[in-house]
Amino acid sequence: MEKKILTKYVDDPNQINIDTYLSHGGYKALEKVLKEMKPPEVIEEVKKSGVRGRGGAGFPAGVKWGFIPKDNPKPRYLVCNGDESEPGTCKDRVLMESDPHSVVEGMAISSYAIGSHLAFIYNRGEFAYPARMMEKAVEEAYEKGYLGKNILGTGYDLDMIVHTGGGAYICGEESSQLNSIEGERGMSRMRPPFPAVAGLYACPTIVNNVETLAAVPFIINNGGDWYASMGTEKSNGTKLFSLSGHVKNPGNYELELGTPLSVLINDLGGGMLDGHKLKAIIPGGSSTPMLLPDQIDVKLDYESLVEAGSMLGSGAVIVIDERTCMVWVAERLIHFYRHESCGKCTPCRDGTGWLEQLISRIERGEGKPGDIEKIESLCGNIMGRTVCPLGDAAVMPIQSSIKLFRDEWEYHIQNKKCMVKSEFAFK
Amino acid sequence: MILNEKSVAEIKKKMVRYPRRKSARLPAITVAYRQEGHLHGELYREISQIIEIPVIDIATAASFYTMFPKEPVGKFLIQVCHNISCALLGADSLIGYLEEKLGIKKGETTEDDMFTLISVECLGGCTAAPMMQINDEFYENLTHEKVDKILEDLRNKA
Ligand SMILES: Cc1cc2nc3c(=O)[nH]c(=O)nc-3n(C[C@H](O)[C@H](O)[C@H](O)COP(=O)(O)O)c2cc1C
Ligand code: SF4
Ligand code: FES
Repeated sequence: MEKKILTKYVDDPNQINIDTYLSHGGYKALEKVLKEMKPPEVIEEVKKSGVRGRGGAGFPAGVKWGFIPKDNPKPRYLVCNGDESEPGTCKDRVLMESDPHSVVEGMAISSYAIGSHLAFIYNRGEFAYPARMMEKAVEEAYEKGYLGKNILGTGYDLDMIVHTGGGAYICGEESSQLNSIEGERGMSRMRPPFPAVAGLYACPTIVNNVETLAAVPFIINNGGDWYASMGTEKSNGTKLFSLSGHVKNPGNYELELGTPLSVLINDLGGGMLDGHKLKAIIPGGSSTPMLLPDQIDVKLDYESLVEAGSMLGSGAVIVIDERTCMVWVAERLIHFYRHESCGKCTPCRDGTGWLEQLISRIERGEGKPGDIEKIESLCGNIMGRTVCPLGDAAVMPIQSSIKLFRDEWEYHIQNKKCMVKSEFAFK
Repeated sequence: MILNEKSVAEIKKKMVRYPRRKSARLPAITVAYRQEGHLHGELYREISQIIEIPVIDIATAASFYTMFPKEPVGKFLIQVCHNISCALLGADSLIGYLEEKLGIKKGETTEDDMFTLISVECLGGCTAAPMMQINDEFYENLTHEKVDKILEDLRNKA
């Protein structure tokens, strides 16, 4: 059921050491591209694989790399996005802490493909341990000549910096991340220009998610066609899913795209915790619209989830059972987005604050008639009107909670209390 | 100087790797926080001297990043994730249990300056909920017994 490609060796505690990584075929793909392939051929192979961004937006990686302007004389940069802060998501961490060399190798290949000589891995600040593992991997790669000057005698130079953040979710958004690396406050930038044209230090820059880049060595070793043969027609390859919430066996699972959600929740996840009934599923990280129990057979791929009214997002599947109040869920989520808004644009900065006030008062049993409509109107005024997609991310789960569970919201206002309690004791 | 030799050396080592000096701001702030446990004006001044950019630029950047406390905290900063995946598995009751065990409310520090208890947003440990971070360590799949043991071990270590 699981298809372990990126995660094949994550349970081997020695995989963090370069010798073990090498014994599993590590750095062969880097050697192959440096000695046998021209950068455009690497880009072509990645395009052929169809691998799409695993950070949330799902943009084809090879196509993005092709956006680097050919005639721009400025240096180019690669940034590997390991900020991983969308609630529910904890998959990049697995790769960074258990197979860090696969991330280094993927970054090195991608850097070569886009003509970069300096690559950054942006690690969320709280990930002290994954950052240490990445630092160790980078050091070992330098020692063995897979990074640094004249790599493997091919004349290609590449430096790599592990950069750690400071606990801001918005720094996962690529333009904020670039500001953060530059040493600024992590506020989003207006686009255009897109990072591929003017990114880090106003130079052409490619930002890719950890999981996206970790797939690259496999694509080079086995060919783009091999990768594209997995998954569905438009969602190729495998994807890591972080399963959390009310399931028996939460964890990270690597699945071929197109695998039914029920396989993840019931077969791998062992079904619902303590036999409670399923109420809702957040399928792609906290910002994606919720699904209902009758949608549990939806296929986990980019297109099927859009068809089902949601998104694949970062692949964080959060399972919610019948004991949960959906206003309470909405309050948790809006609190997060209000806290994490960078403050650059008014609809998001002020809108998330008002939303939190309104939703909290409903949750406290102080809601007034008309509050739901006010929330809906606020959501409508934020959606699509902000500098970066955090505004949309904040309102989507709220809109979906109201759409799917309006009776609970109304009950709250009329009866000044929850319909169901959400009192969860830890073990 | 408050920053010790090791911290200064670390900042300088990081600084030279970046194409622009100002990129060393967040790494330098991180080093200072790891040494001192919280950030304050004097540290900003020292960082600004090392990387040679105005102190105000250090302070504005630092103020954006909530991971670094700007007031003194206890020797052990307990940060419990209260976000959705953890909340579904009892994060609130975990906070309550810690409040009871430590005899403080969320946001407070114990009288002996040993523990500060706060709640934070998702830490990327959602599949091992409920979880918390104490200083740089993650503690996951928490149960009452585990929490008791963690606190006891920390007290013994102190
Ligand atoms: C608010 C916000 C937070 C984001 N957080 C992350 C993150 O933690 N990790 C990530 O890889 N992408 C994140 N993204 C997406 C990035 O902006 C970007 O699309 C991605 O890193 C590109 O890599 P990919 O094409 O390989 O997915 C976030 C986007 C937004 C709007
Ligand atoms: S949408 Fe929110 S996070 Fe994004 S730029 Fe505007 S204020 Fe900042
Ligand atoms: S929700 Fe608690 S670690 Fe992610």
